[in-house]
Amino acid sequence: MTTKAGTILYLNGVSVSFDGFRAINDLSLVLDKGEMRAIIGPNGAGKTTMMDIITGKTRPDKGEVFFDGNIDLTRHDEPGIANLGIGRKFQKPTVFESHTVEDNIRLSLKGERSVFAALFAKNSVADDRRITEILETVRLDGRRDALAANLSHGQKQWLEIGMLLAQDPKLLLVDEPVAGMTDAETAETARLLKDIAREHSVIVVEHDMHFVRELDVKVTCLHEGSVLAEGPLDHVAADQRVVEVYLGR
Amino acid sequence: MITQRVFGAGFTPRVQLALALILLGGVLVPLSNLLLAPSNPLHVPSYALALFGKYLCYALLALSLDLVWGYVGILSLGHGAFFALGGYAMGMYLMRQIGARGVYANPELPDFMVFLNWSELPWFWLGFDRFWFACLMVLLVPGLLAFVFGWFAFRSRVTGVYLSIITQAMTYALLLAFFRNDMGFGGNNGLTDFKDILGFPVQAAGTRGALFAASALALAVGVAVCAAIVGSQYGKLMIAVRDAESRTRFLGWRPENVKLFAFTVSAVMAGIAGALYVPQVGIINPGEFAPANSIEVVVWTAVGGRGTIVGPIIGALLVNSAKSWFTGALPDFWLFALGGLFVFVTLFMPKGILGLWDQWQNRTMRKKPADDPIEPSTAPLPQPAE
Repeated sequence: MTTKAGTILYLNGVSVSFDGFRAINDLSLVLDKGEMRAIIGPNGAGKTTMMDIITGKTRPDKGEVFFDGNIDLTRHDEPGIANLGIGRKFQKPTVFESHTVEDNIRLSLKGERSVFAALFAKNSVADDRRITEILETVRLDGRRDALAANLSHGQKQWLEIGMLLAQDPKLLLVDEPVAGMTDAETAETARLLKDIAREHSVIVVEHDMHFVRELDVKVTCLHEGSVLAEGPLDHVAADQRVVEVYLGR
Repeated sequence: MITQRVFGAGFTPRVQLALALILLGGVLVPLSNLLLAPSNPLHVPSYALALFGKYLCYALLALSLDLVWGYVGILSLGHGAFFALGGYAMGMYLMRQIGARGVYANPELPDFMVFLNWSELPWFWLGFDRFWFACLMVLLVPGLLAFVFGWFAFRSRVTGVYLSIITQAMTYALLLAFFRNDMGFGGNNGLTDFKDILGFPVQAAGTRGALFAASALALAVGVAVCAAIVGSQYGKLMIAVRDAESRTRFLGWRPENVKLFAFTVSAVMAGIAGALYVPQVGIINPGEFAPANSIEVVVWTAVGGRGTIVGPIIGALLVNSAKSWFTGALPDFWLFALGGLFVFVTLFMPKGILGLWDQWQNRTMRKKPADDPIEPSTAPLPQPAE
């Protein structure tokens, strides 16, 4: 196993069971700083559970989970981990529907996260500029004042990615960003994620193989809670076991 | 709007209008009762003054519930407990004011304690002979209970119906406790036979007018506080927690703290409402803890329009006016009417009266876009399980 130094995420021998079912089984995965990784695998392979473990929603039964070299993530809860610099996009787009696009981003902007800070918060010019920047990045600058509820499904996905960016995280976990998107939106999302990957480490979980191909990054295939194959997409896709459990179906 | 810019986004024109009406009514209604001759058509009779003074307290209670239900999605079915606790704190002060004028003429002990053969005042009655202390307790006791209750409930991530059920259990437990004579709060008779408040006889017309004005002022302050909270960044966060709690958590906010603050502020408001209610009705007994009372508050809020500031006030005033009329004209049918009303509102007016009003306005003036982004647009559809 490689050393933790220089990694943004380091999972070693992680296992977790729910009622006897091993959702994650001796999983080891290392992500270098600045790397983008695509994770594929059949349903029930443990992709979402892995994200739950990284973001503090689920505690592993055993194994090590380190962030940014030597921060032990198993010692923190969800808000704590978010504030350490890990942003997570859910499988189903989750935005604040009764707020405007602008307010969605504003609530996500990096800053103090206490009730009293929020009570007395004033909108600053710097914040406004940052919001404009993010909205331009996620292709939503024209919808700033629209209610999030009125966005299309694809735009909600982008807004949620924008909210992650506003957190200014070091690592983004993006769960199925192109589910339910049109082909044009999917292509645009691939470009968007590549833009983001220039300054952030990113893990993308996705089923859409065209999209994964467009990302053009190292791929990890999970199966039954552990790594089945890892490497460039062509290499992974050629692996007989991957074809059997995932691609072949 | 300039005023909105000065006071914050929560002070919509509608909230400003409500504030003006409440304050104006708080001054004019008692004055008309006291100064105008009964023959004058503008004269407000004393029974109406007492009745509407009571309704103002209910309106403040409904507003406090709406702060947690409408904006943070916590359906409390036990808000009557905070109201009653505030009422008991005020009642204890009023009991101590009776002094030696009680039936047993004991200068120190209230009548029910003499009757129970108690020889001295229990420790938790100490200090209640002072008005400022009682006022402090009106704020502290409901606030502290809400804080402790909320601390455990929200931290354990109890939400939805489960939370509603334990709030209900809380008020029911208090009901049973306060019914017991050895609790030291007068058992099932509660506290009554009040003589005076701050030296003024509670029955006097002037005192009643002042209590009405105080209730109106308290309601106005409640409206202003809620508008300021809702209009702040924190207000947006409340709605965010209501609509997508896990999203806020993964953005680094702590929803349990967001809820705890709103719940505590709300309980304090409910306590103040109870404290103003007791001198106006002249009695506080454990019946105020009855779960049915708390559920009625939910109906008022739903009827007026939850997730708005003005809605619960309108709801409380309307439903209680209807109740007063109904219980006079058709006493046996009131509960059916109330239940029917709740079903009707839930099915056909999910955003309450205010929602209906907004819909109607949008239809008549379709060209003009809504300039009231805080109020109508955020009123959520009721989710039966929450």
